[in-house]
Amino acid sequence: MSAPGSKRRAEITAGDVEHVARLARLALTPDEVDRFTAQLASIFENADAVAALDLDDVPPTAHPLSLSNVFRADEPRPGLSRDEVLAAAPAAEEGWFRVPRILEEP
Amino acid sequence: MTDPGSINASEIATAVRNGHSAVETVDRCLDAIAARDDELHAFLHVDADAARAAAAAIDERVAAGDDPGALAGVPVALKDNLCVRGAPTTCGSRILEGWRPPYTATVVDRVLAAGAVPIGKTNLDEFAMGSSTENSAFGPTRNPHDPARVPGGSSGGSAAAIAAGFVPLALGSDTGGSIRQPASLCGVVGAKPTYGAVSRHGLIAFASSLDQIGPLAGDVGDAALLLDVISGHDPLDSTSIPDGIPSVSAVLDEGVEGIRVGVVSELTDAEGVQAEVGEAVESAAIALQKAGATVGPVSIPAAVHGLAAYYLIAPAEASSNLARYDGVRYGLRVDADDVATMNARTRASGFGAEVKRRIMLGTYALSAGYYDAYYGQAQRVRTLLIRDFESAYESFDVLLAPTSPTTAFELGAKTADPLAMYLSDVCTILANLAGHPAMSLPFGTGEGGLPIGVQVFAQPLREPEMFRTARVIEESAP
Repeated sequence: MSAPGSKRRAEITAGDVEHVARLARLALTPDEVDRFTAQLASIFENADAVAALDLDDVPPTAHPLSLSNVFRADEPRPGLSRDEVLAAAPAAEEGWFRVPRILEEP
Repeated sequence: MTDPGSINASEIATAVRNGHSAVETVDRCLDAIAARDDELHAFLHVDADAARAAAAAIDERVAAGDDPGALAGVPVALKDNLCVRGAPTTCGSRILEGWRPPYTATVVDRVLAAGAVPIGKTNLDEFAMGSSTENSAFGPTRNPHDPARVPGGSSGGSAAAIAAGFVPLALGSDTGGSIRQPASLCGVVGAKPTYGAVSRHGLIAFASSLDQIGPLAGDVGDAALLLDVISGHDPLDSTSIPDGIPSVSAVLDEGVEGIRVGVVSELTDAEGVQAEVGEAVESAAIALQKAGATVGPVSIPAAVHGLAAYYLIAPAEASSNLARYDGVRYGLRVDADDVATMNARTRASGFGAEVKRRIMLGTYALSAGYYDAYYGQAQRVRTLLIRDFESAYESFDVLLAPTSPTTAFELGAKTADPLAMYLSDVCTILANLAGHPAMSLPFGTGEGGLPIGVQVFAQPLREPEMFRTARVIEESAP
């Protein structure tokens, strides 16, 4: 891996914020784009101290517990009632969640 | 027990088990809420009829010779990120307004099985993201000690409900200090148990490698009572510790003779820590020494990187967890002609500013090209921090530090500057990153009569030593 310091990112631009908002499925207003551009820049300035540390020989910790592969018996058990779950959905039809078009018209 | 401010859970449970009316206790709590919660806004929902009915059922069981349990008739407030079947559960967000969960959180089932009476759902920062409860979509909670000031957050409603004498016990969740920091600012006791000690089944997820449910209470004994009820293995949570944690109530009064207490230098002397807060930690250390503990300074060098690591890991996990709010299965939908636009408009309309900011931070930190530089580095800092704690625990049994660098601040003081708000968590986040238990308890007051909290850290599963230490500090508090 590269030396400390070389991991620094380029400055955050409004274009970066718009790209990330698309990935996160957030329809931001132009005002929000401006505000988040400034705020993300200031917050990541703080994070750059962490990014610059030389930690190549330190393993990452994803999780504080040493538990792994927690299994249970593979036995059938009741789940949530379909009608009750669909009753909480914004739109449902014939036992399914109803959503707007996903694919373009051919 | 005529003063609602002095209500105590173990006294109520004993009285109810001996035939004192649980309905009367619940009515007293409801009266206190009616008298002052318009001003404080600790609760988002209070179900008075359900609470009275539950209390009446407890009274009937006692009359029939039955023992309802360790929390017989004790009113409990629930943070509104805990699911209760059929009851409004908003997480402080417009995106879940009107949603009624189809199942109940394990912790709620456990307090019910112990005879407790849920009173209502308490206010919180939206999706538990915040340190002041000002990020609730339904308006802020105010600090009962000074309503111009915040109660802390994100469990600000739970902490305020206890400080105001509305309820003796409340449940909160703590991802970076969300139980301990509001407990500190409101002058109550709050504990974050070892990661995995309490089931999270039915807790709405924020950052899954950090989230943990814990008790808030008026004193250390009541917090211990509630922790003993809610801890234990749950097959519905794969991060639940198989053997649970030892009982804390049983050892509460064993004292600190021979316990080695390390005062964390990086947190006590840190820039931004109010002088009166640092002095309270020193006084608590002296009190422990007088009670037979040995006290010395200890260093956690990686602590200086804790905040930056936390504000990469927590938003990264949140951005993934909150992907589920897509307008399809539950909650809000803002319609559009295609599904991607529907998702984006729903989320833009349903989430508040702080939640959007965290999703943006997390998505950026996980995006192509930055994953290892930010998220990966933060996970390595987490390893360093755990190593530093392990080395500190070679010489010490528990560690002492401030909970919050400051006493309660005024509403609006930090809302314009996210980084200043994030600094509220600088002393608490370490326990979440390490997965260790930590608790806050009041230790005197500072300028303006505002409560000061001190924090006790312990090794995983060593809640007994942590509570014994807290009990001694409590007994010597000014």
